[in-house]
Amino acid sequence: MAEAAIILGGGLIGLTQALALAAQGVATHVVERFDPEAMATRGFDGRTSAISSSSMAMLEAIGLGPHLTGTGCAIETIKVLDHLRPGGLDFQSERPGDALGTMYENHLLRRTLFDSAKASDRITLHLGQDVVARRFDGGTAQVELADGSVLAAPLLIAAEGRGSETREQLGITPARWQYDHSAMVSAVYHEKPHDNVAYEIFYSTGPFALLPMLDSDDGRHRSAIVWSVPRDQAPGYMKLSDRGFAAELDKASGGALGTISMAAPRSSYPLGFHHSARVTDQRIVLIGDAGHGIHPIAGQGLNLGFRDVAALTEVLVDGMRLGMDPGDAQLLARYERWRGLDTLMVAMATDGLNRLFGIPGKPASAVRRFGMGLVARAKPLQGFFMDEARGTSGAMPKLLQGIPV
Amino acid sequence: MSKASIATINPAEAAHFGKMAADWWDPKGSSAMLHKLNPVRLRYIRRHIDRHFACDKCEWTPLEGRTALDVGCGAGLLAEPLARLGAAVTAIDAAPENIAAAQAHAAQSGLAIDYRAEPVETLEAGPFDLVTCMEVIEHVDSPDHFAAALAGKLADGGLLILSTPNRTPASRALLVEGAERLGQIPRGTHDWDKFLTPEECEALLTDAGLTVIDSEGIAFGPGQGLHLSDNKMLNYILAAVKT
Repeated sequence: MAEAAIILGGGLIGLTQALALAAQGVATHVVERFDPEAMATRGFDGRTSAISSSSMAMLEAIGLGPHLTGTGCAIETIKVLDHLRPGGLDFQSERPGDALGTMYENHLLRRTLFDSAKASDRITLHLGQDVVARRFDGGTAQVELADGSVLAAPLLIAAEGRGSETREQLGITPARWQYDHSAMVSAVYHEKPHDNVAYEIFYSTGPFALLPMLDSDDGRHRSAIVWSVPRDQAPGYMKLSDRGFAAELDKASGGALGTISMAAPRSSYPLGFHHSARVTDQRIVLIGDAGHGIHPIAGQGLNLGFRDVAALTEVLVDGMRLGMDPGDAQLLARYERWRGLDTLMVAMATDGLNRLFGIPGKPASAVRRFGMGLVARAKPLQGFFMDEARGTSGAMPKLLQGIPV
Repeated sequence: MSKASIATINPAEAAHFGKMAADWWDPKGSSAMLHKLNPVRLRYIRRHIDRHFACDKCEWTPLEGRTALDVGCGAGLLAEPLARLGAAVTAIDAAPENIAAAQAHAAQSGLAIDYRAEPVETLEAGPFDLVTCMEVIEHVDSPDHFAAALAGKLADGGLLILSTPNRTPASRALLVEGAERLGQIPRGTHDWDKFLTPEECEALLTDAGLTVIDSEGIAFGPGQGLHLSDNKMLNYILAAVKT
């Protein structure tokens, strides 16, 4: 079968999209500017991602399970705290072993995805290649690469991330704002075991998250940290010595895990929000961060992207089984309707959560704790938050239920 | 049926569709409603292909090795998917402009489809394993002759899929007065008095020697858009076989 789509971007979302389609027997081109070999190192991407159970179900359904088994650390409890004060909120998985999410190191995910893509005979990789032109004449989408070659397929899937050039070329202007915050990301060793607990501690300066990782090879307890601070304060934190930074983390974590020391270099990312209501055009669809970038407060950005992949795969495979052109406007419209509400709801919820917890002062804190107490007592609400964390709310694409399309 | 039988195409109607030919493939153009209807019809067609020819629902080309005829093909909205599903497709339409647009588009899509500007009554091809006829029977002058001609093109054991609007106050209000006046369907597309009820349509096909094995409504809902439904008030689609 000829390639049904050209996927721009060989990152976590682009490669997962290619593998999801390949698992259903659909061939694609993948174009990536960087060398994925270099992207699959801790130096390129030292982050850790919380993969929801529904995202995991999809990764398993497309055959990645065996490669990922034993490389992630299950989150069994999420403790949400307001400034280390009492009255926090605990989310617990209902059954032991039914994780709320699993922490994977990004460089390991990239390695697994890249190796699987290389091994697939339904994926043609075009690596280290810049896109010099995108054209949408007549019956195909065409992409001209820096080496002069031209790829053509019925559909272009843009998975280029936040700064998507395809989105810019289409003139899609997303609603966007900067949070005036930076996220500092790293990994730490800590004295006490984490017992598979994730901590989300809200400070008026920004949220601080400790996320459980597997013990290191030499048996030391590890967690990932995501610490959001006002943008002008980030450089100061980044300049601290490892020991000085670890001391700040001791304070921020309230000693929950005992003494902390650094297990990885630090990096910092400016935080921003963008959301496009329109994520399709003639023979084009935007997926992942190309269409929506959200606040990392609940760790939902990558999972939202995986939900895009699951929905798009189902829409395309379903349509192609009816003999439809994969670039058919009706299919793209179905995808846009399916994903629109979910991405907006998650974007607004995480944005609202961040703003709510970003208000300093006693009254705001009281409201928050009252709110958290309410959620703790109200089963349906708790269910909603749990489902959001797991990624099981809304009409579920089959792949997210672990079912092939 | 002999070649000398009455051609049932109405010339005024054929000219009307010709004007639309260039616009056919624009999903936001005057055929927008047909583009929206297409996945709904295709879902029904695929279901009956799988059932009738015992195909797996995951097969990409269930019609491989089979022949199909699309009667009243327009610019190929249905003929192209049938070709992608593996069929050797012949597609006919009364308006030469439609056929020209269809040929140009199929070339662009890289599909080999035998397009002919010819009425079904004089077509020298077939018989076919699958005959499709979407929203056509309500436009012809003598539906009984037309039904007989369709049956004549069907191979023994072949499958016919036909859809057409129902003749109800609802279809008059929504299709003819509503959608046409609102510009969602080009004005002059429908003549309500020529619409057939499911019972009338089934009787025509039975008289032509076919057995209707299933029928479903195509309804419209604000949340779901156009969809297959038990409700046949607006439009219905049916499957018939020649045994």
